[in-house]
This record gives sequence, structure tokens and C-alpha cells, in this order.
Amino acid sequence: MDSIEQVIRARDLTKRFDSFTANDRLSFDVYRGEIFGFLGANGAGKTTAIRILCGLSKPTSGEVSVAGYDVYHQTEQIKEHIGYMSQRFSLYEDLTVGENFRFYAGIYGLPVRTIRPRMDEMLRSLGIGHLKGQLIASLPLGWKQKLAFSVAVFHKPSIVFLDEPTGGVDPITRRQFWELIYEAARGGITVFVTTHYMDEAEYCDRVSIMVDGRIETIGPPAFLKEKHQAASMEQVFLKLARKRQNEREPQ
Amino acid sequence: MHRILFIIQKEFIQIFRDRTMLPIIFLVPLIQMIILVYAATLEMKSIDMVIVDQDHSPLSRELRGKFEGSPFFRLRGVAESMALAERELHSDRADIILNIPADFEEAMVRNESSGVQLLISAINATAAGLTQAYSRRIIMAFIQEHMPQGSETVALPHISVESSFWYNPELDYKIYMLPGILVILVTIIGAFLTALNIVREKEKGTIEQINVTPVRKYQFITGKLVPFWIIAMLELAFGLSLGRLLFQIPVEGSLWVLFGFTAVYLLVALGIGLLISTMAGTQQQVMFIIFFFMLTFILMSGIFTPVESMPDWAHAVNIINPFAYFMRVIRMLLLKGSGFWEISKEFFSLLVYGSIMLGLAVWRYQKTT
Repeated sequence: MDSIEQVIRARDLTKRFDSFTANDRLSFDVYRGEIFGFLGANGAGKTTAIRILCGLSKPTSGEVSVAGYDVYHQTEQIKEHIGYMSQRFSLYEDLTVGENFRFYAGIYGLPVRTIRPRMDEMLRSLGIGHLKGQLIASLPLGWKQKLAFSVAVFHKPSIVFLDEPTGGVDPITRRQFWELIYEAARGGITVFVTTHYMDEAEYCDRVSIMVDGRIETIGPPAFLKEKHQAASMEQVFLKLARKRQNEREPQ
Repeated sequence: MHRILFIIQKEFIQIFRDRTMLPIIFLVPLIQMIILVYAATLEMKSIDMVIVDQDHSPLSRELRGKFEGSPFFRLRGVAESMALAERELHSDRADIILNIPADFEEAMVRNESSGVQLLISAINATAAGLTQAYSRRIIMAFIQEHMPQGSETVALPHISVESSFWYNPELDYKIYMLPGILVILVTIIGAFLTALNIVREKEKGTIEQINVTPVRKYQFITGKLVPFWIIAMLELAFGLSLGRLLFQIPVEGSLWVLFGFTAVYLLVALGIGLLISTMAGTQQQVMFIIFFFMLTFILMSGIFTPVESMPDWAHAVNIINPFAYFMRVIRMLLLKGSGFWEISKEFFSLLVYGSIMLGLAVWRYQKTT
């Protein structure tokens, strides 16, 4: 039963590009229904790891499974069970809200008769039932991001990957976005999220912090703050980043 | 199947929502046909001519009249001397000089040998050849008319060669060009729009989103290609109707065979488009790659100049030139009325070619790296 509860299981996940090691022996588990924050500076190797977990790229070595499927040979099965929202905005600007939902739901294999009622319900709960016929291009960024998230969880995946989902929007919209994340987590969807905003790290159940391709620390935010004697997640992050920098360039 | 239909539906919505697409599909064929058919003609009209008449006889004036009356020639003037006429040729005011010698009438009457001289500007070799042929025809007809009746003295064996032109009896250049233009149109729609469409998804990043869905490669590719396949077939129907309405282009062969052949031809065009989209990262790159191939392949395809007169290496290159196959076949079908068996070699060649291109493209298209 233990393995079912682990939605992601990574042991010594390593990815090398020629001589550059983007991910260096990452080991971590993500459990069902939790919100897992995957933190790290730009270039720390977060996106590389996410791409491997989504089945877009194969690791060089290590043992990795997502939703119970192996990332080397079962990428298509993994894709059936995950949702994905990237920092590069992923809805079609020249399609309407409704057309985007229908298209993505359709290619995830949802039957036509379930798509329409589920879409109407989702738009109503977001309070934007009237925007169904609007082109995505005409909507503000905050709405696009909320819709992209809704599309990513529309087929009820067991885990959803969010790669810097809240880049470039104001704090209120970010807060609203996190409400959606909580709601999805309450509905049993595991959330794997990367972010630059350390206040968002506090909202996660557990976080890992990556520095230079390695996971430096992992645990619930409260535990990490205590362990590293810091007042906020931001301080934890800075301490770890500085420590690594000092190791690299001894004065 | 279900998933493919969703992709096809999405593609059609996007294609017709794009305001530049409908003009591309309907206006481009119209403009290309009218411009290319009328402008890219090899027929010679109003060839500028200067005549040097040193004979000043009724007969020489009659010969002048023959040229003046021809729709192909425009008499720029009658020069007094060859030197003056040559100056006209040199300054590009004339394309041809007809020099009638002083003893022209006398020699004709006495049935002695005489000659007129033609000086033709051969900057454009094809045009010069045609000018020469047209002038010869007029002069020969003139001599025939003035052969002394029943002159027993010329009892030479007389062989008359009578030629008749088949499949395009009026030697109408439009009839020859139009099918070629249809080929270009259909190919542009097939290869160009397909490649641009897929690369646009790469640029926008939406292809990444597709790649994390459980859509299979074949489903995605089929969904992408079917709309352009349909549009290209409609484009052929539209172009053919326009050609029929505007230029009375003949349709001698079976339309079923033509559309069947086009269906297979499009596999090659779409395959090439797809293959290019796997190699290019931006729409600019697609344009450059396609521009290069289009230009080379179109020139070598036999649209303007006969493939038969090209060197051996060009024949070898034409084995991979999809235009060359379709150019030959569409003319055979429309003008000659050939049946399926006459074009079956091209049909099966393209079937193999198309399978190879699509296979390569599918293999190159990667969901996982």
C-alpha cells in the first residue's frame, strides 16, 4: 500500500547534458494529496527535473516513477495521469475559453457528453460562466493563468505539475490562484509546484530546495525554518544558496 | 479516432479564424493565375521590326504588307540603309531587321535564286528562335503565292510536310501554363501551410503542452495533416473551376483520376512540410528552407521549359522533385486525356515517395527527448 501513496518516487535521479550535470542524484517522494513546493534559483535544474517527471525527457540514471509508472518506458501511461501547466503560457490565444477546454479535454480522451457539463460547472465555480465565448487573447493574464490551471486539472489527473504558474501577476491574483491549488488538493489531486515567490513556499505542505542541481534540504516549511534557524522561507533559501556559494569559492 | 477528431476540429477553427488565411486560400490562386497566365507567356506578340527595302518594287512592298498585317510584328519603320537599321537594332528599338535586296523582284520574276536577309536580336534565345520561325513562315507563304504558275522548269520532287498540333491545337500557351500553376498552388498549400502551422505551435510553446498529453504521435500528426489535405484538395477544385471559367482550360481526362492522383501527391507535399517543421524552430527558418526548395524544384519541374531538354543530372534530381511528377501528370490528364494506366508509374512512385517522407517526418517528430 505504501507505494500507492507515493505519487512520485525518485531515487538518485541524475540528468547530464554532455559534461554538465543538471540534476545530481535527486531523491525524494511526493505523497498523495499534498502540495509539494519544488524551489530553487534560476538554473538550479528545476525545469529539467519537471520535464523528466512529465515524461518529456529521459533521465541519464536513477530510479524514477510517477503515478506508479516508470519514466523510462511508460511515459505515455504517465501522461494519462498527470496535468501540466508551464511558465510558457499554454492555452491557444486564438481559441475561446470553451474551445480550449473542449480541445484539451478531447485529447485527454474525455467523452463529449462529460466535457460540456464539467466545463460549465468549472466556469461557474470560477465565476466566469459568461466568458466561455471569449478569445483567450482578450483576457487579462491573471485569468489566463487560472484558466490554464483549470485546463490542466480538467481531466482529474492524480498529479498536476505547475512550473512557475504565477509569474508576472499581482499578489491578490496570486492569492486567488493559490485558492484554486488548495481546492484541487482537497479534491485529491497532488500538486507539484515550482515558484520564485518565497511567500508561496509557506503555503506548501512540504518543500525541497535545489541549489546547483542538488536537493539541499527537504521538509515542511516550519521544520526547515527551525532547522536552519531562519524567520522565513526566504532566509532559509538565501542561507542555503550562500552556503553553496562559499563552498564553491573559498575565500 | 476520437482524439484525432478533436485536433482536426481545433485546426479548422484556427485556420478560419485567422484573417489572413481565407485570402491566401482564395485570392492567391486567382491572382497567380491571372498574372502568371498572362505575363509568363512565351507567345511572341508585337515584335518590333525594321525593314530595309532596297528594291522599292511592288513585290517588295507586298512582302512588307505581309509583315505589317501579321499580329506578331509591329513595323517600326522602313530604313534607307542597313547602317541605319542596325542602329535601331543596337538601341533595342527593333528586334528584327528584314533586308530586301535591290534585285528582289527581278529575280523572283525570272525565277532565279534570290534571298532576303533576317537579322534578329538574340539576347533572349527563345524569343529569337520564335521570331525566326514566325518570319520564315510569312516569307515561305509569300514565295508559295508567287511561284510561277505551272512553271515546268522546276520539276523537282516536291515533298510537302503537313504538321498538325495535337492536344493544344491552337498552341495556346495559357492551356500549357495553367495546369502548372495549379500544381504550384496545391503544393504551397500542402507543404508551406503545414510547416508554418506546426512551427507556430513550437514558437508559442503550445506544442509542449500537447507533448505532455497522452496524444500519440500518429494522432497528432494525422490531426494536423488532414485539414491541410482537405484544403489543398478544395484548392485544386477551386483553381480548376477558375481556369475553366476564365480560360476555358480543357479537362480531357477523368477528374476522378486527377483528384485521386492529387490525394497521393499531397502525401508527399504534406510529408515534406512536416519534415521541414521538425527541422525548423521558427517560421522564418521554414520560409527560407521552403523558398530554396520551391525555387529549385519549380524551375526544374518543366513548368516553363521542357524536362526532356535538361541534362542528365537534372533528370536524376527530378526523381526527388515532386513538382516534376505532378507537372507531367496534370498536363497528361487535362490536355491529353490520359487514363490511369498511363500515369500509374507516377502514381505508384509518389505513393512510395509519400510513405517515405511521412515515415521520416513521423520518426523525426519527437514527443520525448
